[in-house]
Amino acid sequence: MPSLDQLRIGQRARILAVAGTDSLAQRLLEMGLLEGDELEVVGLAPMGDPLEIRLRDYRLSLRRTEAARIQVAILP
Amino acid sequence: MTAPTPLAPEPARPAAIRLTAALVGNPNTGKTTLFNALSGLSQRVGNYPGVTVETKKGRMICAGQVFDLIDLPGTYSLAARSPDEMVAVDVILGHQKGEARPDVVVAIVDASNLDRNLYLTTQALELGVPVVLALNMIDVATAHGVRIDYDELGRRLGVVVVPIQANKGKGLERLREAIATAAKSGHPPKGPTFPEAFDREAATLYDTLGGEVPLFLVRRLILDVGGYTEKRLIERWGPGIAERVQALRARLTAAGCGVPAVEARSRYAWIREATNGCVQRPATRAVTWTDRLDRVLTHRVWGTLVFLVLMFVVFESIFTFAKPLMDAISDGKDYLADSLRQGVTSGYLPSGPLSDLLIDGILEGVGNVVVFLPQILILFGFIAVLEDCGYMARAAFLMDKLMSRCGLSGKSFIPMLSSVACAVPGIMATRVIENRRDRLATILVAPLMSCSARLPVYVLLIGAFLPIRSDKNPGGFAWFVPGLVMFSMYAIGLVVAPLVALLLKRTLLRGETPPFVMEMPLYKWPAWRSILRRMIDSAWAFLYRAGTLILASMVLVWALLYFPREEGAEQKAAYVAGLQQKLASAPEDERAALQAQIDGIGRDGLTYDVHYNQLREELDRLTDEGQADPTKAAALEEDRNRVHGEWKRQSVLGWIGRTIEPVVYPLGWDWRIGMAAVASFPAREVIVGTLGIIYNEGRVKSDDILKAENAGDTKLAKALKNARWEDGPRKGQPVFTIPTALSLMVFFALCCQCASTLTVIRRETKSWRWPLFTFAYMTALAYVGALVVYQVGSLFI
Repeated sequence: MPSLDQLRIGQRARILAVAGTDSLAQRLLEMGLLEGDELEVVGLAPMGDPLEIRLRDYRLSLRRTEAARIQVAILP
Repeated sequence: MTAPTPLAPEPARPAAIRLTAALVGNPNTGKTTLFNALSGLSQRVGNYPGVTVETKKGRMICAGQVFDLIDLPGTYSLAARSPDEMVAVDVILGHQKGEARPDVVVAIVDASNLDRNLYLTTQALELGVPVVLALNMIDVATAHGVRIDYDELGRRLGVVVVPIQANKGKGLERLREAIATAAKSGHPPKGPTFPEAFDREAATLYDTLGGEVPLFLVRRLILDVGGYTEKRLIERWGPGIAERVQALRARLTAAGCGVPAVEARSRYAWIREATNGCVQRPATRAVTWTDRLDRVLTHRVWGTLVFLVLMFVVFESIFTFAKPLMDAISDGKDYLADSLRQGVTSGYLPSGPLSDLLIDGILEGVGNVVVFLPQILILFGFIAVLEDCGYMARAAFLMDKLMSRCGLSGKSFIPMLSSVACAVPGIMATRVIENRRDRLATILVAPLMSCSARLPVYVLLIGAFLPIRSDKNPGGFAWFVPGLVMFSMYAIGLVVAPLVALLLKRTLLRGETPPFVMEMPLYKWPAWRSILRRMIDSAWAFLYRAGTLILASMVLVWALLYFPREEGAEQKAAYVAGLQQKLASAPEDERAALQAQIDGIGRDGLTYDVHYNQLREELDRLTDEGQADPTKAAALEEDRNRVHGEWKRQSVLGWIGRTIEPVVYPLGWDWRIGMAAVASFPAREVIVGTLGIIYNEGRVKSDDILKAENAGDTKLAKALKNARWEDGPRKGQPVFTIPTALSLMVFFALCCQCASTLTVIRRETKSWRWPLFTFAYMTALAYVGALVVYQVGSLFI
């Protein structure tokens, strides 16, 4: 199962799960990264990290280590 | 909620009593703009003990009713992970000492990003306080094709929904009315439904705790793994409660509603249901300006390029635009000091320690505070604009990887860069960093960046000891040496600061890496009024809270250099003998004055300040007459500077210098350098002036050195070159060798000789511990650095 950090710019995906029960997982969930929701990778910072995604009605940036927590199904 | 309401409804209060409203909302929703619009100019900053975030308070009038309006820190969730994040919860629950429990909560949400914004609102609904929903940025939402049925949405959420445009002041009258009505109704709304198993567990735990902890906090205790509620309740109830909660969470997981996911699922499901049908989104998302701009501004190449150009502009502005203002301030200060001295000469002001304290202590001190204002205003203007229009998050995004190498995040970049101009605004700019450990680490290393006040020291010493080789100066160095040395001084800060930050994050400030989950807000035009306000606020905060302490430390050093002021018997006898000689040959009309002088000394003794002032006035008279005999004037000037130097060398600070000579000797310094270094602890640029006095060159300003065509040719530089060791094994040798000059520069590069910085650290961390720590570690670092440079340098040169 791929995780969000493996996506390329322009790829869209559906969230399958957010791993963990710690405060990072809680933060990701609060920001609306919930199973079933769709997102799109829209940018990468100069050194390839962090990445910028679009979900719901807004844009969010997160580091690769954080994106690795989010399991996704890539959409065509 | 099936559990009982933990707090009894408050009895109705007469209308004459002030009510309280609290403003909550996500960052980037226009919360500050709304707060400013509602409370006008009646604002003050509130501080709570143990908390580093500031809450603003203001007064607003809604339908004839006076309200205290509290602007709570912007947040995405009431799940508090730190004391700073707990403030909002404590205030709304009425647990904050000295703060009345709010009668109404105003939740501001961004209509163009409704679902995620409503998450916080659903938490606010559970606090047992009436809620009014201010739906901001409806113009943006409309432009994005979003249609909202406000009344229907309000019915489903159980609160009044008021559409507003805070930046244009639209909808505010209706909002005020709604706030007044809601506050008087006293009806708390009902929040989302959680799975029954969760509610049951929460109710049981609530009973177990004897009803002492509000249900809201009991639920937070269950939901927030490792959160601040847990920490606080363990302190109060012992570790037994942690075990109980652990078991409870296991039961919830088994029941299929494990934390923390149960909260987000329940809330977002409820939000989807509430908005379904009354919020219409376009079938296909239109491409927005933010999309277009981000294609460039967060692009790996173009984004970085734009960022670098922008940072260059900010950085140059702090240097160049601030310079004329700073010059004007110091010129004004000098003009005022000269006028006051004139007043002393002509007898309007009494001569003596009091006038000297006023001119050299207080005026100089005030000037040293005010001179920072242009830099603070300019930097904060830029930061406010960048933040307001949404670029700041992009800057943090671009720089994050680089900064994460030293354990920080992208949010630390701008404070660090600003510190190259001046650490004071740099440290104040760390407020954008939410994580306390990251913020502290940034504050603690910011003073290591080579600020502009270090420049005169570098220029003077490089000019004097490492000049370029020329016909006039055959003993000079290759053309690139001075520049290279100057660059190295700046590089020291750029290299040492990240290393210290890394060390701090691995030791003192160790902890979990804070998440860098950051919203990239929509781009928008900045609200100029808020920007002006932030600039003024930051300037005022600096003047008011840091200014007094800086002034005090300046006055202290002045006193250490001023006292004792009695001259020894030998100097006195020599001076009186000189006066008597003059008396013998003086014309009739000057005899009385000279005789009075001699009598005065016989009666009152001779003090350095009187002696110095007499010589100074005499010299002033001589030059004012315009026909001064150059040799006579030069002799008088030399005499004046000698007395000045003698006075300062025998002062308390001179004694300190001699006492610490064994300590600074390994750095290649004699006691006079040690003394000048100590004198410059409140403000490092003072060293130029102090060296001037100690080496009998009179008053030298750091500006004179910077403006000189060749710093090596100034009288001070020459005096430094001629200085010899007075005793000890190096007696007779020049004090300033290249290793000594380098060791002094390195010391200045690494040392925190700046009372302003230290008081600003105290202000921002709300504790003396951190400024003391900064002072101690930087002084130690500076000493070791200077020691290594001198000892290693002496082996080669």
